[in-house]
Amino acid sequence: MSQTPLTSPSAAGAPPENPDAAAAAGEIIDRKRRTILLRKYVPVLGTLVLLCVMYGVGIANYDNFYNTQILLNIFIDNSFLLVVAVGMTFVILTGGIDLSVGSVVALTTMVCAVTLDGGWPAPLVMVTVLVMGSVLGLAMGCVIHYFEIQPFIVTLAGMFLARGLCYVISTSSIPITHPTWTTMSQTRIPIASYSITPSVLIAAAVVLLAAVVLAWTRLGRTVYAIGGNLQSATLMGLPVARTRIAVYTISGLCSATGGLLLSFYMSSGDPLHAVGMELDAIAAVVIGGTILTGGSGYVAGTVLGIVVLGLIQTIITFQGTLSSWWTRIFIGALLFLFVLLQRTVIRRTP
Amino acid sequence: MDETRPILVMSKVGKRFPGVTALRDVDFRLFPGEVHGLMGENGAGKSTLIKVLTGVYEIDDGTIHLDGEPVLFAGPAQAQQAGVSTVYQEVNLCPNLSVAENIYIGREPRRFGLIDFRTMRSRSAKLLQSLGIDIDSGAPLAAQSIAVQQMVAIARAVDISAKVLILDEPTSSLDAGEVEQLFRVIRRLRDQGLAIVFVTHFLDQVYAIADRITVLRNGTLVGEYRTADLPQRELVEKMIGQELQTLESLEEQRKPALREVESGRPLIAADQLGRSGAIAPFTLTIHQGEVVGLAGLLGSGRSELARLLFGADRADSGRLSVDGTPVTLRGPRTAMERDIAYLSENRRSDGLVEDLTVRENIILALQACRGWARPLPRRRQDELVDRYVKALHIRPANAEAPVRNLSGGNQQKVLLARWLITEPRLLILDEPTRGIDIGAKAEIQKLVVELADGGMAVLFISAELEEVLRLSHKIAVLRDRVVVAQLPNTDDVDADRIMTTIATGAGT
Amino acid sequence: MSALLKHRLFWPLLALLVLLLSNLLFTPGFFTVELRQGHLYGSLIDILRLSAPLILVALGMTLVIATGGIDLSVGSVMAVSGALACLFIVNQPDQGALSTVLPACALGVGLAIVLGAWNGFLVAVVGLQPIIATLILMVAGRGLAQLITEGQIITVNSPAYRFIGAGYWLTFPFAVIIAAAVVALTVLLTRRTALGMLVELVGGNPRASRLAGISSRKLTWGIYAFTGFCAGIAGLMATANVSSADGNAVGSLIELNAILAVVIGGTSLAGGRFSIAGTVIGALLIQTLDTTIYTTGIPAETTQLFKALVVIVICLVQSPTFRSKLARLRRRPRPALAAPVNAEV
Repeated sequence: MSQTPLTSPSAAGAPPENPDAAAAAGEIIDRKRRTILLRKYVPVLGTLVLLCVMYGVGIANYDNFYNTQILLNIFIDNSFLLVVAVGMTFVILTGGIDLSVGSVVALTTMVCAVTLDGGWPAPLVMVTVLVMGSVLGLAMGCVIHYFEIQPFIVTLAGMFLARGLCYVISTSSIPITHPTWTTMSQTRIPIASYSITPSVLIAAAVVLLAAVVLAWTRLGRTVYAIGGNLQSATLMGLPVARTRIAVYTISGLCSATGGLLLSFYMSSGDPLHAVGMELDAIAAVVIGGTILTGGSGYVAGTVLGIVVLGLIQTIITFQGTLSSWWTRIFIGALLFLFVLLQRTVIRRTP
Repeated sequence: MDETRPILVMSKVGKRFPGVTALRDVDFRLFPGEVHGLMGENGAGKSTLIKVLTGVYEIDDGTIHLDGEPVLFAGPAQAQQAGVSTVYQEVNLCPNLSVAENIYIGREPRRFGLIDFRTMRSRSAKLLQSLGIDIDSGAPLAAQSIAVQQMVAIARAVDISAKVLILDEPTSSLDAGEVEQLFRVIRRLRDQGLAIVFVTHFLDQVYAIADRITVLRNGTLVGEYRTADLPQRELVEKMIGQELQTLESLEEQRKPALREVESGRPLIAADQLGRSGAIAPFTLTIHQGEVVGLAGLLGSGRSELARLLFGADRADSGRLSVDGTPVTLRGPRTAMERDIAYLSENRRSDGLVEDLTVRENIILALQACRGWARPLPRRRQDELVDRYVKALHIRPANAEAPVRNLSGGNQQKVLLARWLITEPRLLILDEPTRGIDIGAKAEIQKLVVELADGGMAVLFISAELEEVLRLSHKIAVLRDRVVVAQLPNTDDVDADRIMTTIATGAGT
Repeated sequence: MSALLKHRLFWPLLALLVLLLSNLLFTPGFFTVELRQGHLYGSLIDILRLSAPLILVALGMTLVIATGGIDLSVGSVMAVSGALACLFIVNQPDQGALSTVLPACALGVGLAIVLGAWNGFLVAVVGLQPIIATLILMVAGRGLAQLITEGQIITVNSPAYRFIGAGYWLTFPFAVIIAAAVVALTVLLTRRTALGMLVELVGGNPRASRLAGISSRKLTWGIYAFTGFCAGIAGLMATANVSSADGNAVGSLIELNAILAVVIGGTSLAGGRFSIAGTVIGALLIQTLDTTIYTTGIPAETTQLFKALVVIVICLVQSPTFRSKLARLRRRPRPALAAPVNAEV
């Protein structure tokens, strides 16, 4: 029987009989492992580098850019998008996509506005919209999983549906004047000499919760497993049905939460709110290093992605000569770069 | 454990699919502490038997007893609960997760409701060590070799429940060293009293590891043997079968007249052509009007060889020349321009476009050669299709029927027609007669003879030796991805001789 | 009768007819078509005219979907093409001259083709998933359109340009004639050459098509460029109709309507067999639905609700899993009901 040593990077214990061969084999595996690690972290590292460069450019070119409040404002102005993108991260990690998020956000603002108008108590309104968002997500998840229809087309239908429901409620903007909403939009929570809004805290809580769920719970790990290999996950006896439906439910819940935050921010319900937000959310997730085919990525990356999007807006505002549409073009270009980066990194992996 | 009582008994098992009997009266016994090889050629019923056992398919006849209790599983998950786990050829794990997670996912140790990664890692390290696998359990699975991944899958299966472990062709994509690693793990588990079913088509491996062998052929049981009592040659014989199909259209055992085909320049010549991981470098020439048969068991590299000659895969060593001119086949198109045609092994995934009609499926390759701008005139299409539908007896003789509605044999004839209308000089047929009825089989064999008589060169691949012997002028024998011998099909070459060559690898 | 029921266009056609007839409830003179000053007028003609851009976009989308892909960027491409054409016209001394309008159109459509080819490059050469590849341009294209118009709405004063969207020629709306011509050209190109079959082949079984010697790369590339071409013309029409280009509004949500039209027309989202006639019927159906809802006084935007329901129903009907689950639920097979469903495949 030939003694082929079981080589592995950490098998430093017993000295192998054939040092040359073992070293060579070890080197191959080492290289392989490095590539794997590369694949895991390159997208996120890319985002981090990009962020630093952008921030540096901002500080170098514009007065007052170094002000920490600028960074905090990014979170204040994008708290709703952050929450929506967190939900999208779950979906994309399983290898799916959710195009309905923007419409669900808009629907949430509409329902808030109209029920508050009807005199519903604020807590009831909040619970109602959160349940509504979750149920919408649940329904889409069920159709996707049980009838095996592409997530893309199902959530597209969901997008139409939610947007249509907005217009059924009202075709024009409804202002929200409820004291709770006013308080939420006007309160500033001081941190040292800076301040944030309660919405930022809510978004931070959502991010933290999502990070814990993804990293340390069975649900979270099953999400990664499904994204890694759906068929394997099924054969390993994991609760694939439950998890796939859960991610769309979570995305629906996050969209409703984002909608709630947007209604605080805008103090209105409008069927035209959040048009195209699904694209921003997807862009943030992708720029944040989550691989679009699923199985790899972090909520922390998504936060970075949001900051990148926010920095683009901020720089364009600071520049003054650049118009707002450059935001779209930059986001498109970044999306392209990161998708390409993912592509090459994945291709190089043996 | 009681060594004399089998842990698993399947008796008189039968399974029918519409139109086919996949298993009939099959008995299977498995004892604790043994490795039991399950052998058979493609379509013998190995995987059906496993699927009936693990509840993927419902059983039609017979009984299954596990530990003396009658059992009937609703699916693999339930089977696993009861102690019957399966590890497949394609590692069914998640490459993006760590080794430890792959072992414990779905049943992770938890503290305060959250996964306790530290306990998980130490437990999996202990488990892997007990199997003699020394790797970092925190590393991502994708960083490990396929063999290690395979062993991680085994570790997971064993840790969940350990009575019966089924290994379904686990070694197909491993190299020799890796196989040895895997075998060490298997032996260790056997010594711990586990009952292991080892499904494979590699002869050496079954002799290296199995204590007993059960052979299936055409859905029936050939027999159960102690490995020590069964010489390799006999095993091959039992797998392939000796019975000859009487084919009305061909005289029995007719050898093709050894015409003067070898004279002159070969049509196609491969010189040390190879592709690492697929087929070892081989040298092969095919002349006009010559039928070259490829004999070898499933997975011996037959299709891989054919794909190189057609440019479906790129060769990474050696040279190929057509008409004496060296060529590099960059893709199927280049090969087609040199009048090479390839009827692929897998009708469904690599051949048919099921949405399209018989006519469209037939004219497709010819149209591809002509390019999109020069469509084949409809009248010419109908004429060609009509001719081949008639000549090959395609039923129903309706050119506008969707090809998905045809039987396997007729679908195969449609694909044959697709290539014949391109008027190739070399026709590669990869298992053209598998899974089709006897009548269609005879027709295809007859056609091969006629085509060769007409001057076409044919590379004929089949798992059925009799068929290869009946049709070929020259036979190349493959074993474990190496061409081990090339025999002119003279009168002293028979199934026996080829089986011996396959079994021993000696190319005398 | 059963042959008629089984025809793949039976159900979309029936739905279109029912919808048209139901309009009689609200508009008694719905089917009246008059000839005034040599021009055809009437609700039906309006529907035809308004559906022209959608027909064009859906036409390109049909071919892309048949190859097994999708193009989300068509709306943005429309906006870019329309914006560029309008920008060119307003910068010319004589906005009305044919020598102004023709190069403008060529520019707009040319850029649209380039953008389509870019999508094709990403899908066929780089190997990105079609959804992702076209998503990039969907996002960036809107910005590009606004960049061209500098965030303004460019208003052109050119009767010749307006003619493309709102003019009449030979008693018919010119837009309808263009759409009909492009449809005819496409039918000719796909069904008179082998193009259509090759597309169905690549979409139906990419592995088999490679082994049959088809280079799907060039084909896919070309199809995306063609989709850009269609979207480009649609962009000209949409901007010409209102004589202005709004980078934000032109072609907004049209990608969804186009996909819907394709699916209604019986082309499977999985790729393979496609039906141009089905797509045209689908586009007409969607426009009729919009018009109907408009005339009944329900807020126009709620049509999205109906469209969502239509998409879900059609996808469920096309889903083999759904059908088998339904069949199992019913236990007893009822062929009379199952037949048209099977014909949809």
